[in-house]
Amino acid sequence: MSGLAIRAAYVPLVDAAPLIVARELGFAADEGLVLDLAQARSWASLRDLLAAGAVDAAHMLAPMAVARAMGLGPALPPVEVLMILSQGGQAVGAAEALAQRVAGLTEPAPLARAIRAAGPARLRVGVPFPFSTHALLMTRWLGDDIDIRTVPPPLMAQALEAGEIDLFCVGEPWGSVAERQGLGRILLPGRAIWAAAAEKVLAVRSGWAESAPDTARALMRAVWRAGRWLDLPANRSMAAEILARPEFLSLPPEVIDRALTGGLGGAGRFVTFHEGAATFPWKSLGGLIAALLARRHGLPEGPAVMAGSAVFRTDLYRLHLREAGADLPGASQKIEGTLSHPTAVASERGTMILGPDRFFDGWIFDPLDG
Amino acid sequence: MTRGIDILVVEPDPTRARAVADALTADGGCRVVILADVSSLARRIAEMNPDVVLIDMENPSRDVIEDLSLAAGPKERAVALFAPGGDTALMRAAIEAGVSAYVAEGVRPEVLRPVIDLAIAQFGQMQRLRTELEATRRALEERKLIDRAKGILMRARGLSEDEAYALLRKTAMDQKKRLAEVAAALVTAAGLLG
Repeated sequence: MSGLAIRAAYVPLVDAAPLIVARELGFAADEGLVLDLAQARSWASLRDLLAAGAVDAAHMLAPMAVARAMGLGPALPPVEVLMILSQGGQAVGAAEALAQRVAGLTEPAPLARAIRAAGPARLRVGVPFPFSTHALLMTRWLGDDIDIRTVPPPLMAQALEAGEIDLFCVGEPWGSVAERQGLGRILLPGRAIWAAAAEKVLAVRSGWAESAPDTARALMRAVWRAGRWLDLPANRSMAAEILARPEFLSLPPEVIDRALTGGLGGAGRFVTFHEGAATFPWKSLGGLIAALLARRHGLPEGPAVMAGSAVFRTDLYRLHLREAGADLPGASQKIEGTLSHPTAVASERGTMILGPDRFFDGWIFDPLDG
Repeated sequence: MTRGIDILVVEPDPTRARAVADALTADGGCRVVILADVSSLARRIAEMNPDVVLIDMENPSRDVIEDLSLAAGPKERAVALFAPGGDTALMRAAIEAGVSAYVAEGVRPEVLRPVIDLAIAQFGQMQRLRTELEATRRALEERKLIDRAKGILMRARGLSEDEAYALLRKTAMDQKKRLAEVAAALVTAAGLLG
């Protein structure tokens, strides 16, 4: 045992699975790492725990890290992204009355037009946090003239009941919870809007990974292996059992199982932890998220994209995960939004197949533009 | 003393809210409003326009307040976390006490500091109380789990209560696990096997 230890924060959601599984199934212990997990009840609290040094790593919404780099939100120490933890996992839905008026439509483009026609002039959309993939998906899908409102996921059903929101985008199982109560209906998985919707990242304070390279390496390896384990279909029910425990999500295992496998239908996986190079923190992904945030908050795109790309640490990913067996792409950027199907790309081991990354409307982000 | 500042305490538990409010009003002319109901939280804070908002770190509705940090435009924050400048030591003390504070731009540090210190002291007391309660609750739950596991072993293997307990203990020691963890695994397995 090399005696490494780290405390990491997470919010009790299904996509905290890579950290929880890394600890519970011994992937961390295999790396000689004692992984202590701290549960945060809100994204703001998780961010503060990391900023103040109460934890050294966190399961974070990808746009939170980029927003900080762009100077959006409270002036706290900057953070960096070591790897992506999950893609997808969002449920997009509408309040029951609105859902009934657009019933039968399943394609994102016509659905958006129908919602525009049937809903109020200014749609109110509930998302978990101002800087979230959920908020970016919804503005990408419906346009900038919508009212994005923060609603904690467990309170999403209540917000629908109180008539405070017309639409929601939230991680499962909270969309299903609203649906079961007859308050709303799930219309789409987030991936119908953006196939490669990067959701959570493994974030650390800037400079931490260099100051504790052995711990960073052990943590990244353990989390990467946990993600690989999670993406094997045979392991999903065991993963659900672990996540369901009272000290983690404290929900019935069958609810979590459905959230993992996405009883939502649609092509492809509902949430991905590994496949299709899902964990690689493409600099272009940081740039894309920054471009969407810049547009939403009225900031110039050029500097935002620079700042957003810089905090996605492809160099550390290459350094620490090469030996663990991760295949590594030749490039650290790609043109985002061009792949409709799994596609083989140049990589060190020659085994890399990227997952689809298309946007519903064919939008493309070229990191070298502008 | 200059004009006191307006403080909003977001706290559903009336006893706790009162304790914080009393401490803050007793010591320097702060005006304190308590908000127990978190529905439409962002709108209500915007209407009240307080100088400082205090909310439990553990309250999931905390994220709703983050919307306000963008309300006036991304670069001119209506509220910031703690004083502008980001005092990390103060923030850490607050986190340990379980309180988060949102402060409007322009509140002078010399007025703010005593308020935050008082809030940290009050919330810290609650935090300790809650930790104790949580530990008691967990111990009780573990006790129940161990009793169920003992019962399963007694029925399945015809052991006495003491023998069942000894077997659980030995297994836990051999596997370097906690007794409650072994008991939980056994109860789950028994449930699966019907």
